[in-house]
Amino acid sequence: MANPYNLSILELKQKALEIRRDIITMLVPAKSGHTGGPLSFADVGTTLFFHELTFDPRHPKWEGRDMWFWSFGHVTPVHYSLLAEAGFFPKCDLLKFRQFDGHLQGHPSSLDTPGVEVSSGSLGQGLSIAVGAALGSRLDGHSRRIYALMSDGEQQEGAIWEAAMSAGHYKLDNLCGLIDYNQAQIDGRVEDIMGISPLADKYRAFRWHVIEVDGHNFEEILGALDEARHTKGKPTVILAHTIMGQGVSFMHDKYEWHGKPPTKEQAEKALAELGTTFDEWHNHLATSTEPAYPQKPAGVLA
Amino acid sequence: MPVQMKKTREGFGHALAELGETNPNVVVLVGDLASSTMVHFFAQKFPQRFFQMGVAEQNMSNVAAGLSLTGKIPFFATYGAFAACRDLDMIRVTTCYSNLNVKIGGAHGGISVGPDGATHQALEEFAIMRSLPNMKVVCPCDYWETKKATLAIAEIWGPCYLRMGREDVPVVTDENTPFEFGKALVMREGKDLAIIGCGIMVYEALEAAEVLAREDRVEARVINMHTLKPLDEGIIIQAARDCGSLVTAEEHQIYGGLGAAVAQVTAWYHPVPVEMVAMWDRFGQSGKPEELLVAFGMKSTNIVEKARKALRRRDHRGNGK
Repeated sequence: MANPYNLSILELKQKALEIRRDIITMLVPAKSGHTGGPLSFADVGTTLFFHELTFDPRHPKWEGRDMWFWSFGHVTPVHYSLLAEAGFFPKCDLLKFRQFDGHLQGHPSSLDTPGVEVSSGSLGQGLSIAVGAALGSRLDGHSRRIYALMSDGEQQEGAIWEAAMSAGHYKLDNLCGLIDYNQAQIDGRVEDIMGISPLADKYRAFRWHVIEVDGHNFEEILGALDEARHTKGKPTVILAHTIMGQGVSFMHDKYEWHGKPPTKEQAEKALAELGTTFDEWHNHLATSTEPAYPQKPAGVLA
Repeated sequence: MPVQMKKTREGFGHALAELGETNPNVVVLVGDLASSTMVHFFAQKFPQRFFQMGVAEQNMSNVAAGLSLTGKIPFFATYGAFAACRDLDMIRVTTCYSNLNVKIGGAHGGISVGPDGATHQALEEFAIMRSLPNMKVVCPCDYWETKKATLAIAEIWGPCYLRMGREDVPVVTDENTPFEFGKALVMREGKDLAIIGCGIMVYEALEAAEVLAREDRVEARVINMHTLKPLDEGIIIQAARDCGSLVTAEEHQIYGGLGAAVAQVTAWYHPVPVEMVAMWDRFGQSGKPEELLVAFGMKSTNIVEKARKALRRRDHRGNGK
């Protein structure tokens, strides 16, 4: 089992930069959508798709794949950028995000978009699905790993804790939770809206192994994913401490950027900070009409 | 001849145990109600493929969804009131929107649940489940039909909801009665009136038909509408054409259930008077099953009464059949 790209840390940094450019650029024609969370999760997401996960974008349902579930459905800009950059569909599709004639729904739809395992958008559901996939994979003796990608805000949902309880109960060491702990949600700071701390202690009490990392430090992220893989007898959750709007100075740590897109002008400013222009990156996406397949898909390696 | 009495949920339990033998992909989950939902037969024989999920139905519903993604055919069981109401968001977004192969066994449907009272008397599942795209809904009438329906939905792709009752109920079919998912069954021939029922109301409908034959010289056709979605529209249209008036009978709220579904079909294709026996927009209460069915108007006598009204309406309209 191997990731089809297996990028080095230096390459991951470059890929994460491109993902951030995708996010900003696709949100402009969409005229709605989420900006802050996708930027905060870009580094963890890039590490997953370009180093950690086993998959074959030519065959999204390939039996040997790992499974990952986007419990926080609303971060579709980073989700779809990662899928497009990883080759599940052409990057030009990103410019049809949230539009009637595109396949990229505002919140992910598995029947519309290749690489989306399950539809999501109502928060707090992904961890339970991951528990089911982990139980099923273990029953089959399948070595795949299961990842539940969650936000910090959705830790307020009761269903998360039902799921956490069952994962601990069933000692699902093939399961890894990742939480984008950016401390911000739509109405304000998480601790002001409905405090979730001490989150690490909560998961430990639910019989999980907990790792805390700087979610913008690739070495730490890689180390945590490795540690999770080698942790036996219990599930692991990685609390990735991140910053909402990471990478764009005027969005940095501002919860106001949770649920709104940049205007064209704001996008220009943001893209300048990310080393490109709107026209340049828009043109790059618009002309990427073929899926960017990896050189060695995992299906071939396996 | 005395009528044999048996629980529908026992048919579910026996079918699952049988499926365990014949289909290695079938797995079963339960929310702390293994004996109540009778999945304990499966649990005893196939402990590896049985998952006790505790008192956490929302999680159970989505764990089942996750299992389906690994090629399993998960059946999860709890009381219908929890399956359809507490898990609704999970069923809507994860299972139905993604069209996953999840089977839901909802026990303790209807007012006949009895002494547990209103919280446990599921009377809304048809309305809720029928409204979800991709969802299929079955409400078998007795032990044998529940067994056959359970076996059948394991073979059908996509989300299915199966409604069962709590009590021993009359056995009106037998091991050899045909069961075809999505295809209603004519239990009694007749051309004066058609009674369309599901669940335990099929037995009440047969009783009502006997009374109508004896006292009114009315030969009522009795249709067992075990599948509520997809609905056998053809058999409803045929009944409306042949008989000119219909009575529906269900152990469910009046809004959004079998009666509403039948009325929709007749309104579309062949409008005729439709009378309904159902729970009339109220919550239930504690009591013996039989006294509750009488008190809330879901007995054969109520069907007879509605049948007479439907016939009067039909004749008053003057257009007959």
